[in-house]
Amino acid sequence: MTEVKATFYRRMKDLPSTHLLGTGTPMCSGCGGLEALHQVYDVIGEKSVFVNAAGCMTLLSVYPFTPFRGSWLYTAMASAPAGAQGVRDALDILLEKKRIPPEENMEVVVLTGDGSAYGMGLSATSGAMERNLDFLYICYDNEGYGNTGQQYSGATPHAAKTATSKGPLGFPGFKKDLFSIWAAHKPAYVATVIGTEPVDLARKIEKARSLKGPRMIIALAPCPPGWDFDPKESVEIGKLAVKSGVWPLKEYIDGKVTHTKIPRQRIPVEDYLKHQGRFAHLFEPQCNDALINEIQKKVDDYWDEVQKTTSLDKE
Amino acid sequence: MKRKLLTGNGAAAWGARLAATDYIPAFPITPQTEIIEALGNWIDTDEMDARMVTLESEHSMITSAGAAAATGVRVFSATSSQGLLYGMEMLYTVAGWRAPFVLVNVSRGLSSPITLEPDHNDILAARDSGFLQIHCSTCQEVLDSTLMAFRLGEDPRVRLPVIVNLDGFYLSFTREPVEIPDETAARQFVGDYDPENIRFRASSPVSQAVAVLGGSPYSYFRYESHLAAQNGLAVYDEIATEFAERFGRSYTAIESYRTDDAELVFVMMGSFATKAREAVDRLRENGQAVGLLRPRLLRPFPAQHFQQLLAGKKGVAVIDQNISMGMGGVLHSELASALYGQPESPRILLSFIGGLGGRDISLEEFFEISAVTQRAVEEGQVPPPRLLYTESELREVRKLQAVAKVERDELGEKK
Ligand SMILES: Cc1ncc(C[n+]2csc(CCOP(=O)(O)OP(=O)(O)O)c2C)c(N)n1
Ligand code: SF4
Repeated sequence: MTEVKATFYRRMKDLPSTHLLGTGTPMCSGCGGLEALHQVYDVIGEKSVFVNAAGCMTLLSVYPFTPFRGSWLYTAMASAPAGAQGVRDALDILLEKKRIPPEENMEVVVLTGDGSAYGMGLSATSGAMERNLDFLYICYDNEGYGNTGQQYSGATPHAAKTATSKGPLGFPGFKKDLFSIWAAHKPAYVATVIGTEPVDLARKIEKARSLKGPRMIIALAPCPPGWDFDPKESVEIGKLAVKSGVWPLKEYIDGKVTHTKIPRQRIPVEDYLKHQGRFAHLFEPQCNDALINEIQKKVDDYWDEVQKTTSLDKE
Repeated sequence: MKRKLLTGNGAAAWGARLAATDYIPAFPITPQTEIIEALGNWIDTDEMDARMVTLESEHSMITSAGAAAATGVRVFSATSSQGLLYGMEMLYTVAGWRAPFVLVNVSRGLSSPITLEPDHNDILAARDSGFLQIHCSTCQEVLDSTLMAFRLGEDPRVRLPVIVNLDGFYLSFTREPVEIPDETAARQFVGDYDPENIRFRASSPVSQAVAVLGGSPYSYFRYESHLAAQNGLAVYDEIATEFAERFGRSYTAIESYRTDDAELVFVMMGSFATKAREAVDRLRENGQAVGLLRPRLLRPFPAQHFQQLLAGKKGVAVIDQNISMGMGGVLHSELASALYGQPESPRILLSFIGGLGGRDISLEEFFEISAVTQRAVEEGQVPPPRLLYTESELREVRKLQAVAKVERDELGEKK
């Protein structure tokens, strides 16, 4: 069994009250990805190198400014994990050959959107996991190619309208199960998080920090322009994603998947969907019950399966 | 120092080993694989203190090479043709990081059609990437150029990655006697890698390769890289001089062969230039004043060296082992732009394309090139570019086409 330290983050008041990551970035107001990143960075800290792939977050560091107190390397859309490989290997070589003292070591963190993680960068990610690279991967999942105007990606949910799925039924495909794809590589750790569940998030990042090897995090990232909602609703939508069971919070460790927060009484998916313009066609001009029921059934089936197959970490 | 029979690939591996490379991101591709296999074996037998990692693609390989160099270790990698193009996005990207490392490219023709044999379209596709380029024509030169490439790229006036190019099969798999420099002497020559301010350390965080807004900062950084690449000309000359002093082998930016009193000059890159060399000797025996120039350094482009070496010549024939579709030979265009408007430039500059996908260029063809160039000088007229191809070759291709047709008709009948 992997040794995991007891958590420092038990309740909200254990979380830092000020953030380490600077403010004034060009991210949109209400960006769920940035919300999650703030929390992640508080736990990881400044002894880190963020290796970034093309996406919204690339604009965090625009010459000559950066909100990061630690280091940053922008690579390209497909190969951030390979960038992490180079940095990690080089740091290990420098440590081994005693060309830098141990205190100069850093955590290497990949930061990409879903488009990169679910698609173009998947081969590089798979390779990094297969080589058991010691790194953290943070994917902020806004369910589309956000930076280019929210076209559908491998992470776009069924029926969502995107810039490239504007038909009456929205996106015909289904969101890819990246959690399982990652877990199939048997890395040290895989977890889903969301910024609106900060204690769960902090505990998972803390746990990931205590492990070695590939530690893989997917953060659902409510995205006001991409999902078409008012920025002030961002937190609410994140909460609804969890309460409706659309975004299960879970972790994989030692071959076992555990759900870290099980919504006791799941609210109907409708409550989550109707807050977002990208699903408005499900409700107007008339309700598309068939499609809503189809989405509801997928969520119900998922949780039925959870009941049956995995151990439930009841809280 | 010891003398050994080495392939071009073996020589490249020795170069990486003698330069005390720390890190080797790799990915296999014919005809490069022998390089990474040799390095892998030396690491396994503790003859080399380095780490090798096989990535899942050349795109990732070049990313990790750049990232490791940007973290402050000495990096070597190798690829060829499809691999170089697969990594093309990252060639441009990592060059902008100004983190030097050495990449060997074993030239091989590009798909389509897919082939294993050499020409220079792969390496020329990387021409504008920001990588400097050294082109070799012997196995000894491969080893020596690899050592010089580390010096060149790591020089504070340059700080750019460098590609050392050798031709697949003709050099990669050809054994030649090679002097392997003494390890200490090689280390002394190459020196330690000083990453200067480009490195990641916990105590001194940096942001590298960040985005810019607008054309002004963008242009600034692009110009910086260009100027650094141009600095490479003087730096290369310095390094080559020092190399010659230390090891007794001289590698000028352009190799010139019997050009001093030449009236006509062949210009060629890579190992096929050795064929041109032989043609020069034979033409000389015949009383014709012909010489050969072979640029070793292609980026930065030694324009001034060319201007000087070709001043007063009557005719120049550039034989390009590459083809820019719809334009012609790349080296020809480059040379034309370097010579144009120079008072003493030869008026007659001819273009020939040959050696694509490893197609041989025969002595007779060199004689013909020389004759055509001589005629152009006499008539004062430059003929259109020539694509080297013989009647008998065409006949062979027609035969293949005939076989293909018979087979297809046969299948059609069976349906
Ligand atoms: C090779 C390549 N193709 C396309 C692009 C254009 N591009 C830049 S960002 C982006 C979207 C990335 O989507 P995602 O990973 O989901 O991140 P997000 O934009 O949503 O933050 C695209 C397609 C690129 N930079 N590189
Ligand atoms: S488009 Fe979405 S993910 Fe991108 S910065 Fe804006 S809110 Fe964040």
